[in-house]
Amino acid sequence: MSLAAGGGAPLLEVRGLVVEFPGRRGTLRALDGISFDIAPGEILGVVGESGAGKSLTGAAIIGLLEPPGRIAAGEIRLGGERIDDLPPAAMRRIRGRRIGAIFQDPLTSLNPLYTVGRQLVETIRTHLPLDEAGARARAVDLLRETGIPAPEARVDHYPHQFSGGMRQRVVIALALAARPELIIADEPTTALDVSIQAQVIGLLKRLCKDHGAAVMLVTHDMGVIAEACDRVAVMYAGRVVELGPVREVIHAPAHPYTAGLMGSIPAMDEDRERLVQIDGAMPRLNAIPAGCAFNPRCPQVFERCRRERPELIGAGATRAACWLATAAVGEAA
Amino acid sequence: MSVALVEVRDLAKRFDVSAPWLNRMLEGKPRQIVHAVDGVSFAIERGRTLALVGESGCGKSTVAKLMVGLHAPSAGTVRFDGEDATQALASPQGQGLRRRLQMIFQDPYASLNPRWSVHDIVAEPLVEHGIERDPAALRERVATLLASVKLGAADAAKYPHQFSGGQRQRISIARALATEPEFLVCDEPTSALDVSVQAQVLNLMKDLQRERGLTYLFISHNLAVVRHVADEVGVMYLGRLVEMAPKHALFSAPRHPYTRMLLDAIPDIHLSGRARTPVQGEVPNPLNPPSGCSFHPRCPHAQERCKAERPALQAIAGIRVACHAVAEGRI
Repeated sequence: MSLAAGGGAPLLEVRGLVVEFPGRRGTLRALDGISFDIAPGEILGVVGESGAGKSLTGAAIIGLLEPPGRIAAGEIRLGGERIDDLPPAAMRRIRGRRIGAIFQDPLTSLNPLYTVGRQLVETIRTHLPLDEAGARARAVDLLRETGIPAPEARVDHYPHQFSGGMRQRVVIALALAARPELIIADEPTTALDVSIQAQVIGLLKRLCKDHGAAVMLVTHDMGVIAEACDRVAVMYAGRVVELGPVREVIHAPAHPYTAGLMGSIPAMDEDRERLVQIDGAMPRLNAIPAGCAFNPRCPQVFERCRRERPELIGAGATRAACWLATAAVGEAA
Repeated sequence: MSVALVEVRDLAKRFDVSAPWLNRMLEGKPRQIVHAVDGVSFAIERGRTLALVGESGCGKSTVAKLMVGLHAPSAGTVRFDGEDATQALASPQGQGLRRRLQMIFQDPYASLNPRWSVHDIVAEPLVEHGIERDPAALRERVATLLASVKLGAADAAKYPHQFSGGQRQRISIARALATEPEFLVCDEPTSALDVSVQAQVLNLMKDLQRERGLTYLFISHNLAVVRHVADEVGVMYLGRLVEMAPKHALFSAPRHPYTRMLLDAIPDIHLSGRARTPVQGEVPNPLNPPSGCSFHPRCPHAQERCKAERPALQAIAGIRVACHAVAEGRI
């Protein structure tokens, strides 16, 4: 069905993605040259603070940008073929079938007027050649697979009869209904309590492994990234500033923003009187500074950062968009 | 031992969530009462921070509202600096007491009036409590307050929408500090903020505590944040305190099975490879809490006694814990 995991060929390729919002006072560039790959069976985390563009990246990939937002440049390829320029009808066939989506708030992603079974059957029958009874049997199987107790009875319940964690399991079941190759999960655990969050992350990891699906996990929570992902892309002001294996990015962040982000998280195993503080806030889209967008907040800023914008560069598995990293690579070479 | 500034004894809050009278009559629906807070007792010494943690619906925010008089308790007492605050907070004569305790809310987007300038927002408590009425002096005091939360005097003329989330939360801190309170109740003050901004606000709150000798009741669901700010931690489950211990004791040697489960559920950010047991089950419906110890359906150590008899919070080796298994020495 899809490329074997570890075969090398990425399932999703994003190259130089630019998303713009034309407005009366000029065009805002919300994503500015995003590039990354996700291999089958891999979980890529996309982390950043509010307004960094992480959800927008997900929306652009599934073709759900809110107008007037539009892809102004770049390519998105799924299994080798371009999907960013498909007509709406063709994109609709891919969405749900080949790309599944899980959103933050499970209550707003389910229709309160229909039973979860009816919503599952509708999705399954839209994408798979099954009759009503077959689709219902599959719906029950999906609910069982996502860990909902007594799925035969629960399939006829309405969303309000489920708890938050159970609802998110239903949403995951919906996303998996047509066995998609790629799952975009946008803050899937943010609305949940920690104990339920751990269960949902475990479920996502297991399903990703069982189905060989590629997952793009968007979150603001470094803990979730550490727990769930293979690689992580750190976003800041519409750009990827660091991309690499989770372990390396967490233990040896190459970009000063990543380092600040890690230091600002209160630790469970050490005592610190003060947290690392990144002064200031992320710039607004209409006031992105020249050069590196992080330069006004960066503790290690120097002349070049204010003039030239760094691209993602790196010697090892981790790449960072920072002139410091560039200098290090230059010295090593 | 120093005297506690705040002392809470057997505090309870019940909410009537029954169907309307007509439905009860026609459809025979029963009265339904939620015990949001059910017999909570604690004390906070001056200049210290007590944090209450727990999952959604455990009653921690209700405790916060009871402390400042936004809810009237169904039972129990809140004593502030030796006097009974439950009566005073509900009466007009409580003005003097009310200015000594203030609250910071979770959502800085909802807790600031969008039609008011920052000056109006921060000056309101000063005017309301009759502390300052002269416009020029008010402006000066507002500027000082804004400076104490690292905002500029020029920001007073702006409106909330012109600020980021972190700046807004600092405005609400400035407002809370206006009456020079001794006690601040902070209900999830950083939950709506990004981590780097959260670090700014937490650092500021620690600085203010040191400078002004403030006492905090800090409500949060985030254990890492609690570990950073608290001196003492209370863990709540379904309206009751299940464990109460000094921070280091709680985090290094949690006793109650629920506390252990919560600590186990936190994602391990440093990838230390620490073994974790997956958490089972969910918080039960508070309308119909389990018998005995309300944690027993999810507890790996539950026995017959746990199903029948509700454990009381009792002092064991320097901490307080409500668990039969711990009391019997089983765990």
